Amino acid sequence: MVDAARGFVVIAGAWVRAALTYRTSFVIMVLVQVVITFLDFAAILIMFSHLDAFGGFTLPQIALLFAMSGFALGAADLLVGNSEALGRRIRDGSFDQMLVRPVAPIVQVAADRFAIRRVGRIAQALGVLTWALLSVSIDWTVGRVVVLVGAMLCGSVIFCAVFVMGGAFQVFAGDAAEVSNAFTYGGNTLTQYPLTIYPTELVKGVTFIVPLAFVNWYPGLYVLGIDDPFGLPSWFQFASPIAAVVFVVAAATFWRIAVRHYRSTGS
Amino acid sequence: MRGFRRYSTYRAATLAGVFTNSVFGVIIAYTYIALWDVRPSLGGYDIDQAVTFAWIAQALIAPVAIFGGFVVDELAERVRTGAAAIDLHRPVSLLGLRLAEDLGRGAYHLISRGVIPTLLGALLFDLVWPDTLGTAALAALSIVMAIVVSFGLRYLLGLLAYWIIDIQGPQWIVVLSQIFFSGMMLPLVVFPAWLRTIADLLPFRCMIQIPIDVFLSDSTGTAVAPLLAVQLVWIVILLTAGAALTQIAVRKVVVQGG
Amino acid sequence: MPSIIEVDDLRRTFIVRRKRGRLRRDRHEVHAVDGVTFGIDAGEAVGYIGPNGAGKSTTVKMLTGILVPTSGRLRVAGLDPSARRTELAKHIGVVFGQRTGLWWDLPLRDSYELLGRIYRIPRRTYEANLERFVDLLDLGALLDQPVRQLSLGQRMRGDIAAALLHDPTILYLDEPTIGLDVVSKAKLREFLRELNTESGTTILLTTHDLVDIEQVCRRVMVIDHGRLVFDGGFEELHRQGGARRTVVVDLAAPSEPLEVPGAALARMDGARQWLSLPAGASTAPVVAALGTRDDLVDLSIQEPAIEDVITALYSR
Repeated sequence: MVDAARGFVVIAGAWVRAALTYRTSFVIMVLVQVVITFLDFAAILIMFSHLDAFGGFTLPQIALLFAMSGFALGAADLLVGNSEALGRRIRDGSFDQMLVRPVAPIVQVAADRFAIRRVGRIAQALGVLTWALLSVSIDWTVGRVVVLVGAMLCGSVIFCAVFVMGGAFQVFAGDAAEVSNAFTYGGNTLTQYPLTIYPTELVKGVTFIVPLAFVNWYPGLYVLGIDDPFGLPSWFQFASPIAAVVFVVAAATFWRIAVRHYRSTGS
Repeated sequence: MRGFRRYSTYRAATLAGVFTNSVFGVIIAYTYIALWDVRPSLGGYDIDQAVTFAWIAQALIAPVAIFGGFVVDELAERVRTGAAAIDLHRPVSLLGLRLAEDLGRGAYHLISRGVIPTLLGALLFDLVWPDTLGTAALAALSIVMAIVVSFGLRYLLGLLAYWIIDIQGPQWIVVLSQIFFSGMMLPLVVFPAWLRTIADLLPFRCMIQIPIDVFLSDSTGTAVAPLLAVQLVWIVILLTAGAALTQIAVRKVVVQGG
Repeated sequence: MPSIIEVDDLRRTFIVRRKRGRLRRDRHEVHAVDGVTFGIDAGEAVGYIGPNGAGKSTTVKMLTGILVPTSGRLRVAGLDPSARRTELAKHIGVVFGQRTGLWWDLPLRDSYELLGRIYRIPRRTYEANLERFVDLLDLGALLDQPVRQLSLGQRMRGDIAAALLHDPTILYLDEPTIGLDVVSKAKLREFLRELNTESGTTILLTTHDLVDIEQVCRRVMVIDHGRLVFDGGFEELHRQGGARRTVVVDLAAPSEPLEVPGAALARMDGARQWLSLPAGASTAPVVAALGTRDDLVDLSIQEPAIEDVITALYSR
């Protein structure tokens, strides 16, 4: 575990240094990330020029949900977003090269071409979060702070798991890299809005199948002091860590199966 | 034809694209339903027209290359390797050649990634279709023009690589503008007046907002001719600029040897 | 002395699916490696040669742990590559001829720094090794260039240094001379020869160019259709194979059949004559004898293709 972390830092570090040598290009890329992720929020702002509540939620409340989801996706994208490129690596032979080195392949796949510019998305999310926390009326307790911070961490872990699964999937269906996007960026888009706008089946899907609702919705309900509109158990609002652990275990297993499959068939 | 065939070999990638478009179609449809529930005739659309907008927009994303790419990258790469010089010496017009190829690509993306998600949308929601064959034909024409406008922009960007080696920055600016001002994020009819004014001055509305408005024109009552005219004007502007820039590039190659 | 590489009845089968018409799929097995057995001692330089598709790269992939064998026993430095891949990685270096182990967009120097950290090479060892390879492989001017700007020969030299930085006990090279010009090939072969004799690094070199192996190794294994058809020294190979090399002589005008000791006239066509001699024999005396003629226009030497060697081996 420590070895893996060390390997990650060492490899990612080389790429961070490389990115920082082109200072202006780096700044531009970060700004692009900030703007592109802000466009989503701009759309929400435009929507709110026509109404006061969307899905029963006010703008600051939605901003909170938006920021939590954006942060989680941004952190996951930064850490393991590169797993989306596994299909490409297999095709160009660089994955074989990784298997020959004394560092776990998942670490190499994630850390190679580490894109520090992705902090742009995280920065944008934190910006919106700040605005949301200042604008929304929350009955702050220690519990709510813990749940908020915990949700941001667990949410990141959940999205990390989604990225890794997307990568593992490419061992079996190399060209279909884009499927992962439907769950990562699609998942982010879906959870930007209060789940009240979706039919119950969809909400159950993102609760029990792909636990994206635990990234921001359930913990968000607790922080905002709102009862679950779907009547699901209220302890779900504290269950983000459970969802994260379960999903991460699933992702790690799938990844291991994928690597074993690759080494047995040598695509 | 060559453009069509070239892109049709990536079957798994296309299925993945269909899946992604469908997922986003569903999400955005519900978003618009929630919005139009509260404001039933926002922007002159009713709820079904808004949902239709969501799905057709998804269908158009790949054909009009909202995220850029294709001819941009290819041209820029050819400039980098020097192969572009060969292109410019050929008797056949580079622009014409590339346009034909991009239309083929657009047709492929429209059929492969556009049809199935739209059908799925029709299955899950109540979509609004053109009443007459005439409108449908005009909508098809508008979509073709949308692809040409998209090509015009990307061709200019790609050719820019002759003067600005790294076109990533300019490309990003164009892509961001396309995402926002084409109607992909939110129909332009919903935009506040001042943003709408800006959007109306830009070519990006030709890529998504206008074709969909033509598509919906039977039920919304929007006049189609002015919309098609706008597309035509932008096509003329962009392709003329593209041809002119090509000539300048040719001269540059002849004088400096690429 | 126990072998550092032990291979016992190694097999690797692939299932290949091919489309037949619109719906049917053909499914057949390809035995890429079909019961290969050999042992390599520490410090040996062994060539592994065969025609394309013979199973060379597949064997190397199994030895390095990339691919898991279908069956058979495999031990490298006492470890099972399939099970203890990451552990084994510290002791081996791999150079893939057709892909690079370097980072494409980073300067060469950065690739080495990164490898130094990944392999946890002690600082002093790293610097000493880097200096040594920069010198031996003439990398000085290239260190600050991004790898993507290097020529094939330069990149290959860079790759070799990269594979050796951590002082591996075994070096695998998979088709390292493909695409290189004559001068680069010669320099590469010389480097490998010295590496083996001076540092004692075990070398396994796969190639389909016989001369690569002749210059670097003392032992050659020939693989064909997944099976080992020869394992021994060169003289034995050429004797068993009976392959011949050819000196192609271009004279100023059609002439009498040439008579050169040690070589036999194989063919004559106008002013061009083909002289054949055993593949193991040196061409030097033949060239010397011809060099005295004043009607000599041009002269070239054709090595036997590996396919010819194998065919000859089979038909003995």
